[in-house]
Amino acid sequence: MPDNYFARYLPLLIHFLLAGALASAIVLLSWLIGYRKPTRAKLSPYECGMVPVGDARQRFSVKFYLVAMMFIIFDVEAVFLYPWAVVLRQLKMFGFWEMLVYVGIVLVGFFYVWKKGVLDWGKATSARRGEV
Amino acid sequence: MLSVGTFVLISIIKIVIALIVLLTAVAYTVWLERKVVGHIQNRWGPTRVGPFGLLQPLADGVKFIFKEDLTSPHVYRPLYIAAPMISLIFALTSIAVIPVGNWVTVGGIHTPLQITDVNMGLLIVLGITSMGVYGVALAGWSSNSKYSLLGGLRASAQMVSYEVSLGLSLIGVLIMAGSFSLRDIVDAQGGAYWHVIPRWNIFQGQIFAFFIYLTAAFAETNRIPFDLPEAETELVAGYHTEYSAMKFAMFFMAEYANMITVACLASLLFLGGWHGPLFGPAWLQAILPLFWFALRIFGFLFVYIWVRGTLPRFRYDQLMAFGWKVLLPLAIANLMITGLIVALKS
Repeated sequence: MPDNYFARYLPLLIHFLLAGALASAIVLLSWLIGYRKPTRAKLSPYECGMVPVGDARQRFSVKFYLVAMMFIIFDVEAVFLYPWAVVLRQLKMFGFWEMLVYVGIVLVGFFYVWKKGVLDWGKATSARRGEV
Repeated sequence: MLSVGTFVLISIIKIVIALIVLLTAVAYTVWLERKVVGHIQNRWGPTRVGPFGLLQPLADGVKFIFKEDLTSPHVYRPLYIAAPMISLIFALTSIAVIPVGNWVTVGGIHTPLQITDVNMGLLIVLGITSMGVYGVALAGWSSNSKYSLLGGLRASAQMVSYEVSLGLSLIGVLIMAGSFSLRDIVDAQGGAYWHVIPRWNIFQGQIFAFFIYLTAAFAETNRIPFDLPEAETELVAGYHTEYSAMKFAMFFMAEYANMITVACLASLLFLGGWHGPLFGPAWLQAILPLFWFALRIFGFLFVYIWVRGTLPRFRYDQLMAFGWKVLLPLAIANLMITGLIVALKS
């Protein structure tokens, strides 16, 4: 292996390109060989045989947006936790107390979100009524 | 010390072998699933094409290629075509940093049984697998069909929710090993206590983390009991309702490739990777680690299929509540307790 740090990532790039070539080849092959005889009924969006009313560019629940926000918060938490986990043996108890405080603060926010009903999908909660 | 040309050539050879093995494994996981679920439901599964239906995956592949590749006029074409490619590319790329064995010397060239040996392999696997959600979300949106949109939204919300628990459940393992390198994590699990109990992470107090990981992994790969994105009784097929022919097959292949990656990761992180009893002549000792690793992966895939044949599906509110209110607090508790014990001992 060449003695360059970035050379280790070169195979990853090659792998990505080869996988991309494979995926393109599959799509192309299917497009070339596959038989085509489109009719109007085949080309309409599938709605169990009913004639579709309008398209799918409609409004959907704001809950999905809230979940995405929650994901960002906890993923950033995980980003802080990963390097901490690797060096914990050197940090010893100091590192543990520091992280306990940090996780504690995140959990307070988590508890607030929980009580606000962001995590409830079934009941008509305050989030459903648009009070969040 | 190798020249750049040799290095690239070796990498390409390894990548091609890895892709062929992975795609074959994907095809035969589908066969295994049909066979096992068939027997669970008191049927035979595929029997007609070849002995025990073993050539069924090949026949399916050929049939997929010859099927009509419909692209309806109402879809957003660039993303509609890109979405299955994104899913498949990231599913195939995620095995790039997974080691399958120790370093070997073939023809004077010393190389790891791994496409590339990077020191933060775990982060790369997590990063690449989480890109897979783009394929699903874009497929749902670009199809411009109501079922697809709902399936895509559900799938992306579910995948990001369980990704948090999945990521946090691995932190216990990182604390035990003190490294992001998958090879170091496996090496840290070598040996045994009193020559009987292996030092795998699940026997070192990470058993809860293992079950959190397993549950989150089922949800990440959209498998029963968390297969809400393609709940066929209500959403037809979810995000790939509008896809046909090879484009549908690509989502299918991506799902099974992801299952295999998840199984590899579980074996490496919790079950000691390729460690196992070594015996016999030199050639057998060289092959046995690969065999033990493949056996673990097979075990995981079997559990996947077994669960599919056994459990009913969750309801969507139960699914989200379970992910956020049960798995996430458990994962945080596990990592803090592991951290406390390790900090006290060091």
